[in-house]
Amino acid sequence: MEKMVYEQLQEQLFYEKMENGLDVYILPKKGFNKTYATFTTNYGSVDNQFVPLGKTEMKRVPDGIAHFLEHKLFEKEDGDVFQQFSKQGASANAFTSFTRTAYLFSSTANVEKNLETLLDFVQSPYFSDKTVEKEKGIIGQEIRMYDDNPDWRVYFGAIESMYHNHPVKIDIAGTVESIAHITKELLYECYETFYHPSNMLLFVVGPVDEQKIMQQIRDNQAKKSFPKAREVERFVYKEPSEIAEKKKVIPMHVQTNKCFVAIKDPSVPPDGEEKLVHELAFNVLLDYLFGKSSPHYERLYRLGLIDETFMYDYTEEREFGFAMVGGDTSDADRLSEEVKQILLSFSIDTVKNEELERVKKKKIGAFLRSLNSPEYIANQFTRYAFNGVSLFDVVPALQSLTMEQIGDIAKQCFHESQIAICQVVPKEKK
Amino acid sequence: MVNEKITTVQQINVHTIPTKKYKTNTLVWKMKAPLAKETVTLRALLPYVLQSGTTEHPSAKELRTYLDELYGATLNVDLSKKGENHIITIRIDVANEVFLQEKTPLLEKALQLLADIVLRPALENGRFVSEIVDQEKRALKQRIQAVYDDKMRYANLRLIQEMCKEEPYALHINGELEDVDGITAEQLFQYYQKTLSEDEIDLYVIGDVQEETVLQAVISHFSMPTRTTRPSGGTKVAHKAPEKVNEVIEKQDIKQGKLNIGYRTNVTYDDDDYYALQMFNGIFGGFSHSKLFINVREKASLAYYAASRLESHKGLLMVMSGIEPSNYEKARQIIEKQMEAMKNGDFTEEEIEQTKAVIRNQLLETIDTPRGLVEVLYHNVVSERKRPFEEWLSGTDRVTREDIVRVASKVELDTIYFLTGMEGAE
Repeated sequence: MEKMVYEQLQEQLFYEKMENGLDVYILPKKGFNKTYATFTTNYGSVDNQFVPLGKTEMKRVPDGIAHFLEHKLFEKEDGDVFQQFSKQGASANAFTSFTRTAYLFSSTANVEKNLETLLDFVQSPYFSDKTVEKEKGIIGQEIRMYDDNPDWRVYFGAIESMYHNHPVKIDIAGTVESIAHITKELLYECYETFYHPSNMLLFVVGPVDEQKIMQQIRDNQAKKSFPKAREVERFVYKEPSEIAEKKKVIPMHVQTNKCFVAIKDPSVPPDGEEKLVHELAFNVLLDYLFGKSSPHYERLYRLGLIDETFMYDYTEEREFGFAMVGGDTSDADRLSEEVKQILLSFSIDTVKNEELERVKKKKIGAFLRSLNSPEYIANQFTRYAFNGVSLFDVVPALQSLTMEQIGDIAKQCFHESQIAICQVVPKEKK
Repeated sequence: MVNEKITTVQQINVHTIPTKKYKTNTLVWKMKAPLAKETVTLRALLPYVLQSGTTEHPSAKELRTYLDELYGATLNVDLSKKGENHIITIRIDVANEVFLQEKTPLLEKALQLLADIVLRPALENGRFVSEIVDQEKRALKQRIQAVYDDKMRYANLRLIQEMCKEEPYALHINGELEDVDGITAEQLFQYYQKTLSEDEIDLYVIGDVQEETVLQAVISHFSMPTRTTRPSGGTKVAHKAPEKVNEVIEKQDIKQGKLNIGYRTNVTYDDDDYYALQMFNGIFGGFSHSKLFINVREKASLAYYAASRLESHKGLLMVMSGIEPSNYEKARQIIEKQMEAMKNGDFTEEEIEQTKAVIRNQLLETIDTPRGLVEVLYHNVVSERKRPFEEWLSGTDRVTREDIVRVASKVELDTIYFLTGMEGAE
């Protein structure tokens, strides 16, 4: 077991790679009641074409299958695992993102039992025709719920406008039509390909004894057998660096306009340190431009074009990255134009050093605050780890960010060809 | 488990909770007054105006710049409703300088800033800055309207409006759209002064802090005006027994129907039966092992979510679910059958034990976050019944099957609200 000490943050992190390839991290948090554990596979909605385990040809699977599999994994021959967790006083959950599927529990008692349950249920799939069919009704309602949600529609619409081919443009849950094609055989095929321990990471954070927990995990894994580890072969989509569509307008039954300006990033670095710096630089730049203390925020607020729903954020995953700026607005076209102009007319030369330092200070404070949250630590640590970087390198990386690194982002991304707009507007009354 | 020290200084109830768990220190300022039609909109506007400028930092931009300087201290305001009370909350969360290279006394500065925000707002001609008030009126209108676009929130709001027609509880925390325009900077300022002298005020300080230091800082920064406090304790809630079940169906151009059902529990936080009510809700619809989740979602495959929640200070239980419009009758019958089962005591020892374990877990998790901790402790302020945290655990533990059945017998169906698509449901 390796031990990493972060003096300034007063944290210690323990790591070990299991023989089957599983990466295990433990972060003891004294004083907390809650232990939070996530068991995550490096597999999400974008992985819809791959070479299945034991096969040689690329295969295209139905949209939404990673998410469907997440739902189905909870069901076993003798009932569902939620029951077992709640008997042990824990609450369990799971989520699927573009590139990850995570299973988790949080509990304040019976931690070892719950951890055993987590490891075992994720590593023992059971799918039947009957339960697969039944799940289609439930997920169908989940999809409908999002269909009626204007915030989701405008966000996803913006992603759709950016991408030509990449499956990031496909809704994580798929569609009612696409999930109709899912069968138990397909689920097994995806499971076997992506749920190999060597493609997964376990993170435990809470008031735990790291020695005991690590031993428990070793024992648990040693009991199970897996085929030899193999690198998953995923389809590499050819994606033009420019956006697909300049503007998308979605009429809905709403009273308020919603608008996102999306920036497609043509320069996402490969996994590793550079990727972390790139992400932080992008975030600092957005904060400088649109943070509540920025001149632009004040002006847009004063004009009544934005309210407290206004947000900005940069998403960086395996091979894609994009930023989003927007929220509810009284005038979607005007806000789109204003934000676009702010981006296009930006010059790094106008940024003063003290302004940059202030944004960095703010980011460091925000990072400290997020370390109060076991959920944040586990989820973000896993995301970073899959991208080949460490969450605990954030503060030093922030401190050493340069004006030039930030200027580069603007140079690469702030062009007409990279900016797409999506709006949700009230449907005309009949 | 929770070390809360309460001392009243400057007529502010100061709650200090020392802990080394967090990397930040948290300040939570709460002001409580009765929910009333005449004041609801003024009160909804007030905290947003306060967070837009102080004498020292007279614009939102200057104030936010200062927060950034304090290592990105966060400042948030919000409103909530507990029973028939309307509560303003102002929060500041600031890094503990122990984790920084630079040693600035951030907590002291944050306390001073909080005092500036609540006591020394930006003024012009002895009242709020009209430009700020106008901006915030506009933002408030947008906030009120936003509810209509989130169908889950909307259905919940409509259920309460229908159910509590004659009661203050029907008022929305963000106020009434038609009352916003009429508010003047002057009028709002007068209301502000009134709240300072009449509201019940609680300040929570959570983190790596000492009570004496906090009290000293409060004494030196918070010079409150003379106060004429209202009698403390809870505002008595109005109970209205349903004469007959009210069924409301509304149509909109949407894909998923929202079925929300309101019950009167006739039990509030003040009652001995409160823990039994929590247990009742847990077994009925509160968790993923509950009757609603299992029967509406897992067995009948009708919904992605089907759950219930309590408004403990008001004595309401609300069921919510998202279903195919054509499944209205089916879903409704299943939900009503689960309620029948609860009343008949048709639940197992295992369900009782499971629910106790999950409630216990939930409570302990809630107090792991500064925000959750304050919310748990603030129940004691809102209610006349003071429950130390440990009693939440032991009280739940003691609940028996008979207690749950007794509580179930008090639960009455009041209103069924269904938001459905343009076609279907016929």
